[in-house]
Amino acid sequence: MDKFRMIFQFLQSNQESFMNGICGIMALASAQMYSAFDFNCPCLPRYNLAYGLGILLVPPFILFLLGFVLNNNISMLAEEWRRPQGQRGKDPAVLRYMFCSMAQRAMIAPAVWVSVTLLDGKCITCAFCTSVPVETLGNASHPGLSQGEMERVLARIPCKEIYDGQELIANEVAIRYLRCISQALGWCFVLLMTMLAFLVRSLRPCFTQAAFLKSRYWSHYIDIERKLFDETCAEHARSFAKVCIQQFFEGMRTDLAAARCHPPRKAPADVGEAAEKLLGITDQRTMNTALKSWHRCKPPLHLHPPALPSSNGWAGEEKPPVHPAVPRREMVAYYSRV
Amino acid sequence: MDRFRMIFQYFQSNSESVMNGICGLLALASVKMYTSFDFSCPCLPWYNMAYGLGIMFLPPITLFLCGLILNRQSLLMLEEWRRPQGRRKKDLAVIRYMCSSIMQRAVVAPVVWIVVTLLDGKCLICAFSGSVDPEKFVGFAGASPVQAQQLLAKVPCKDDELMRNNTSRKAVSRYLRCWSQALGWSILLILIVAAFLARWLRPCFNQATLLQARHWSNYIDIEQKIFEETCCEHSRLFAHKCILHFFKSMRQEIKLHSFSLPREGEEAEGGEDLLQGTTDQDQVNKLLKMWYYEKPPLDIS
Repeated sequence: MDKFRMIFQFLQSNQESFMNGICGIMALASAQMYSAFDFNCPCLPRYNLAYGLGILLVPPFILFLLGFVLNNNISMLAEEWRRPQGQRGKDPAVLRYMFCSMAQRAMIAPAVWVSVTLLDGKCITCAFCTSVPVETLGNASHPGLSQGEMERVLARIPCKEIYDGQELIANEVAIRYLRCISQALGWCFVLLMTMLAFLVRSLRPCFTQAAFLKSRYWSHYIDIERKLFDETCAEHARSFAKVCIQQFFEGMRTDLAAARCHPPRKAPADVGEAAEKLLGITDQRTMNTALKSWHRCKPPLHLHPPALPSSNGWAGEEKPPVHPAVPRREMVAYYSRV
Repeated sequence: MDRFRMIFQYFQSNSESVMNGICGLLALASVKMYTSFDFSCPCLPWYNMAYGLGIMFLPPITLFLCGLILNRQSLLMLEEWRRPQGRRKKDLAVIRYMCSSIMQRAVVAPVVWIVVTLLDGKCLICAFSGSVDPEKFVGFAGASPVQAQQLLAKVPCKDDELMRNNTSRKAVSRYLRCWSQALGWSILLILIVAAFLARWLRPCFNQATLLQARHWSNYIDIEQKIFEETCCEHSRLFAHKCILHFFKSMRQEIKLHSFSLPREGEEAEGGEDLLQGTTDQDQVNKLLKMWYYEKPPLDIS
């Protein structure tokens, strides 16, 4: 029991820490992706805004969806949401809890991307370089330019090599200004996210603790039940397969014995375990026949205790299970009527 | 019994050391964040002060909140504070103890940020370069106030065309950096002395109350962990019984619909009967379909 409990605790804590681990890895991947990304501002009047804001907002959206995709529990949530009610009522609080906890984890990587982007400054510099206040920051003596011309000149601010507006406004001044705004926005965003997380986490015990405990218990229960059901099905499939194959070999043995006009060789009661495992097939020809038969004519998915030697070729006749005469080999209980 | 005690000791020591570990990691993260942050002063008259002080104070607030969020004990303290009294009295000394230990741990990372910022000096140079008295420095002495402001604001930017070869810029920079580092070291010294005194003088005041508060705060932590463990175990057993129940009821239904003879001996098998009476493809399919369409009720009585 103790061992059971310790293993189970490990699994349980493992699931949570596994999810947290994935969340952390995605956040690091997001930061790494940003630093590996080769940002190239187009330096053209309207393209700048589209490019800058696109790089700022599209990857976080993708990362958010990826966070959901990589989360194993999404299929559990979908299943619980869509299942017919049947004999078990559905609790919307549990569904909400599951969704919220998944959404919270999925939001971390996008938040990291947006913060890193804003703190770095290249995106905002590219997107808003045409909106720099030339009157306050620019040089006093600048030639009178039309709006379009000025925009074109300002759009080249992020591309230092082709910038030709030094008399209008110094390149470094504009970049420093835009970067300062970007970093201020970045820190404000980080502070806002942290404050939100803090409020969500600390207000919960003050208001809805009992409901929270209930939702958490039942959402873990659904997860555990699903795993246990899968485990039970796997065990069942294993036993099913074992008995099916055993019956196949039995069938083969009796077939061959019948073909050679020998009575079926019953294993003596005190035979060793190894001899028993031979399943009555003891020569090459028989084995080859068995293998060929397994490939050409798999037995039907219907476990039956064969009372008489019969061919194993009959396909899927619905036969009610009868008590077998074979001695019990498996953990399956087939009691003889004898 | 021994195993139980070992597990308890593990939980007890583990909780404290986990919290200390998180505190240390946050402090390191704070230093790393500062070194990887690309500080670029705007070098404009009003923006300098806002930027410099913003970088000095906003991240510490964030780090403080992170320290509170990552600390498990803060949730425990809030729960203990807000729970209805019920049959267990609330001890305010315990809540105060938990609160103070949480705050102490959460304050480490912000302090590290502020001290590193001051010792580095860039923030203060950026924030206060415009507030320096221009008369003290040769290069800025003769200019009009507005011009002096503009020039002083550009001091943090070494590569600016006006400042590139200005020796007075270096003088102002060094002056501000000296103040910044002095402030940084003083704050560090004061905090360490305060921590030292607090730790050494604490046994002189209320040692018994302190021991009690610490014991009961550990107790609350352990109790919470064991409750969660027990819930997990309980839900596993519940699920196990529920699934067995389900298989049994499916078996009964199959027996009703097919004409097999009752198997008297199989009740003796108990839970070891893995095939659970489903022995062909259709029956298994039916079982799986029933599992989806009609989950069994949560009632294993």
